[in-house]
Amino acid sequence: MKLTELANPTRFLTLAGRLLPWLAAATALALAAGLTQGMLAPDDYQQGATVKIMFVHVPNAWLAMFVWGVMSVASLGTLVWRHPLADVAAKTAAPIGAAFTFLALVTGSLWGRPMWGTYWEWDARLTSMLVLFLMYLGLIALWRAVEDPSRAARAAAVLTLVGAVNLPIIKFSVDWWNTLHQPASVVRVGGSTLDKAFLIPLLVTAIGFSLLFLTLHLAAMRNEILRRRVRSLQMMQASRAEAA
Amino acid sequence: MTALGAIIRRDIKIALRVGGGALIGVLFFLTVVVLMPFAVGPDLALLKRLGPAILWLGALLASLLTLDRLFTADAEDGSLDLIVMSRTPLELTCAAKALAHWLAAGLPLIVATPVLGLLLNLDGSASLAVMATLLAGTPALTFTGMIGAALAVALRRGGLLLAVLVLPLSIPVLIFGVSASQAAIVGPVSFGTPFSILCAISLLSLVIGPFAAAASLRQGLD
Repeated sequence: MKLTELANPTRFLTLAGRLLPWLAAATALALAAGLTQGMLAPDDYQQGATVKIMFVHVPNAWLAMFVWGVMSVASLGTLVWRHPLADVAAKTAAPIGAAFTFLALVTGSLWGRPMWGTYWEWDARLTSMLVLFLMYLGLIALWRAVEDPSRAARAAAVLTLVGAVNLPIIKFSVDWWNTLHQPASVVRVGGSTLDKAFLIPLLVTAIGFSLLFLTLHLAAMRNEILRRRVRSLQMMQASRAEAA
Repeated sequence: MTALGAIIRRDIKIALRVGGGALIGVLFFLTVVVLMPFAVGPDLALLKRLGPAILWLGALLASLLTLDRLFTADAEDGSLDLIVMSRTPLELTCAAKALAHWLAAGLPLIVATPVLGLLLNLDGSASLAVMATLLAGTPALTFTGMIGAALAVALRRGGLLLAVLVLPLSIPVLIFGVSASQAAIVGPVSFGTPFSILCAISLLSLVIGPFAAAASLRQGLD
């Protein structure tokens, strides 16, 4: 199965329909396993039970950036290869990514209140995540402002690629500006500093949330393709009615 | 080269003539600065401390205000189609148009800064520092804003959307512009560190801006 064969929306629809139940089941399993493991994990010697917010917060923050990465690749697909499904992928990923970013911000501030004594701090990592959220919203607004889907797709693709500049800034913000948010501790040179008791549930929930994204994204793409079909059928009907 | 020179001359001429709107930016800048003492109170010490931030915000909003002139007027009278079809690479034309826009609308803001600094009780060296940071930072505002302006051409009412799309991209410029001017006035960081990052952002936007704007113009116009 090559990527070019997926270009046929009908073939994509059948494949997505076949994959979706399995993906949903795998998501439920991974999330259930990861979250229960996380709940059973020992309390941190400094942070107590609040450390468990990590198992939701960190995967959401990772996915917030990962989804923009997916959209950037899809945008390349729109601009360079004119792949017919690329703009569907980019469009449907944006609201999901915005939701992950929002959740990361909310869980982060809920975690920040007992730990740092404040819901919000204008720290580099927090601010750059907020900017990412604003850019998601701007992108969704751009999608909605243009009527013709293919035209909207190309405009949004340019903006997505420009916005990808923000991703390395978010990733390295904790290393460049030494402010309130803790520096990278899972993916770093020299191995993770996290204890195994926390690391394993974290990785499992990360896989779970990634599967969740994949499931939601495939379902949303399927809906979008069907919606476009309905739209073109309506246009055809309208033009036929006009001709008659 | 002559084509690009002609575009720059033409754009500056249009912008400075009646209805061109380049100098409205300065008027808007003045209005924002005048409004500030009404909002925060006429406390001169406080105004002095907030001065660089107020000047930067005013310049940012003023340059945003003039941005949608960059392509819409040309799109309305059809000259944008000719520009896209011409043999000169569209990326270079975009860069030339942005340069002309910066000369006509950005440079007057910088020239007005010391006068407005007086209103905010900034002393000479502080005004000079803000001017230097604006000189280094406003090209970045113009060149990233150009991307939004090019996207907005394809829309019928792009003005408001333009602000939503462009402002998040201009946050780094604002951060380092204000921190460089604060560093020059009170310290403790040396002026050079944030200032060189500001210059780096400007140079980066000089590279990315024309390509992204040209791409979105080509896509948007069909």
